[in-house]
Amino acid sequence: MPASAPATPGAPHTPHEPVIAVRGLCFAYGDDPVLDHVDLTVERGEFLAVLGPNGGGKTTLLKLLLGLLAPRSGSVEVFGGPPRAALPRIGYVPQYSTARLDFPVTVLDVVLMGLAGTRRGLFGRHWSRDAASVDRAREALDQVGLSGMERRMVGELSGGQRQRAVVARALMAQPELLLLDEPTASIDPQGSFCFFEFLGTLRGPHTLVVVSHDLSIATSTFSNVAFVNRTLVHSRGAGLTPDMLAMLYGHHEKTCPMGAFISSVSGLFPVLPRMNDLPPSSAATPPVPPDPPAHPDASTRPVAKDA
Amino acid sequence: MLHALSYDFMQQALAASLLASIACGVIGTLVVVNRLVFLAGGVSHAAYGGVGLAFHYGWPVLPSAIGFSVASSMLMAGVALKRPEKADTAIGVLWAAGMAFGIILIDLTPGYKADLMSFLFGSILAVPVTDLYLMAALDAALLAVVALCHQTLLVTSFDREFAEARGLPVRTAHYLVVGMTAVGVVMLIRVVGLVLVMALLTIPPFIAARSARSLPSILRGRAGPGLPLGRDLGRGHHRRGLGRVHGRVRRGRAAASPWQIRPELNPWFREHRGTSP
Repeated sequence: MPASAPATPGAPHTPHEPVIAVRGLCFAYGDDPVLDHVDLTVERGEFLAVLGPNGGGKTTLLKLLLGLLAPRSGSVEVFGGPPRAALPRIGYVPQYSTARLDFPVTVLDVVLMGLAGTRRGLFGRHWSRDAASVDRAREALDQVGLSGMERRMVGELSGGQRQRAVVARALMAQPELLLLDEPTASIDPQGSFCFFEFLGTLRGPHTLVVVSHDLSIATSTFSNVAFVNRTLVHSRGAGLTPDMLAMLYGHHEKTCPMGAFISSVSGLFPVLPRMNDLPPSSAATPPVPPDPPAHPDASTRPVAKDA
Repeated sequence: MLHALSYDFMQQALAASLLASIACGVIGTLVVVNRLVFLAGGVSHAAYGGVGLAFHYGWPVLPSAIGFSVASSMLMAGVALKRPEKADTAIGVLWAAGMAFGIILIDLTPGYKADLMSFLFGSILAVPVTDLYLMAALDAALLAVVALCHQTLLVTSFDREFAEARGLPVRTAHYLVVGMTAVGVVMLIRVVGLVLVMALLTIPPFIAARSARSLPSILRGRAGPGLPLGRDLGRGHHRRGLGRVHGRVRRGRAAASPWQIRPELNPWFREHRGTSP
């Protein structure tokens, strides 16, 4: 592996080494803090859902993990080194809006673009259209339920299909870590393809981090859920605690419709026993969770992981 | 019409239009897919600053115009990268400033005043042979760069954020595209003039893109208004079975060419014929 790991000089790569290690991360655009002392550890094979409201810093967190933004303070390590060195091992599915719709390119070519980045320079070929690459692209398209679509133009696809083509593109490079930004933002409602089920099938070889504002994504087979809203609350074992929901929606009285919704929702999901019914007291806007599960130790707690 | 081709100046004009069309095809495609049309407009107008410098200090016109517009295009590209929301304004400012700078310098230059009209409409019939060689060299350079980096340019044009996440040199690619645009635009101004440059950069790639299935096929399919590329264009859409697109492409090409192959329509030519022997 060319990816250097200067942070761990002894062992280049142990199986227990965390894939992502974020410590005391602060980031701000201008003077507005977006992320404040965030700690996050993601182990190999983990399937983490990062939930949070719009503007809560989810996409910023992903960009920091990719090294596209530099932290104000704190450290970000991916595969034991700086994120930019790990880029060849990371698959990234950006929010769908970043690609050009009117671009003259076929679905097959979009998927082949996933091989870009195998070389660093401006010049030279990143991929060729040989039989092996095309077969691999077809396989990736099969995986996302787009078999037979490779000759279509991207502009002819529906929003959800395009989203899946972009996922196939990320799978092309056979990444060890897959970062998905709002993957369910443009799911076609009529499609027979179940994105949540698909995410589950990816779980074997990949470490997955899915970012979403969509609470329904938490019904997938995640091993962990983290809530981001300036700060980060990390829960081992999928579960929604009321304080997590409060991070998403703020604190509400039980009589308020929102409060009723929150208490009904938290009943829908498996809830951890350590949750305690905190009195819905102050309606803090960027609610710093008042309870222990908040900070650094959350990630170091013994892991109850399957697989 | 055939008789006209026996004149040297007509042959040179034809060669110039062929060379210009190659540059148009390459740059126009990049400009359209990267949505840099406004930037190309800014660069082409700012180039007049370089013309003014050349006249004022007695420098050779083409190199100083190229130098000036590459410099101003890099400024625009820098703003477009760092403050995308301000890019429009910055381009507009440089557009006006470059042109005003050129006009002032030319006005301050004693003696013969270069005609602004020749800048606006070009002078395809007055292209010297040395310029033809320079254009051929620039064409070769443009084609070589595009051939060598086309995959990087493709990925960065299609999805910049993804390209960044793959560690591609997104910034360098951006500056490269803008720089090539500046060089090509100046070369084209010499031949077809400022007004037609924008038309030639935008309309043919747009027409070709309607039937093209990939970036290289636009490049090939539309290597310009002067070239007999009917067969190549035909191939792209016979595959799709859209025969009528072919007609549209051909009409588009025909519409782009009259000034180039029918010089009597070029106002510059009429003037020129009156004054030259």
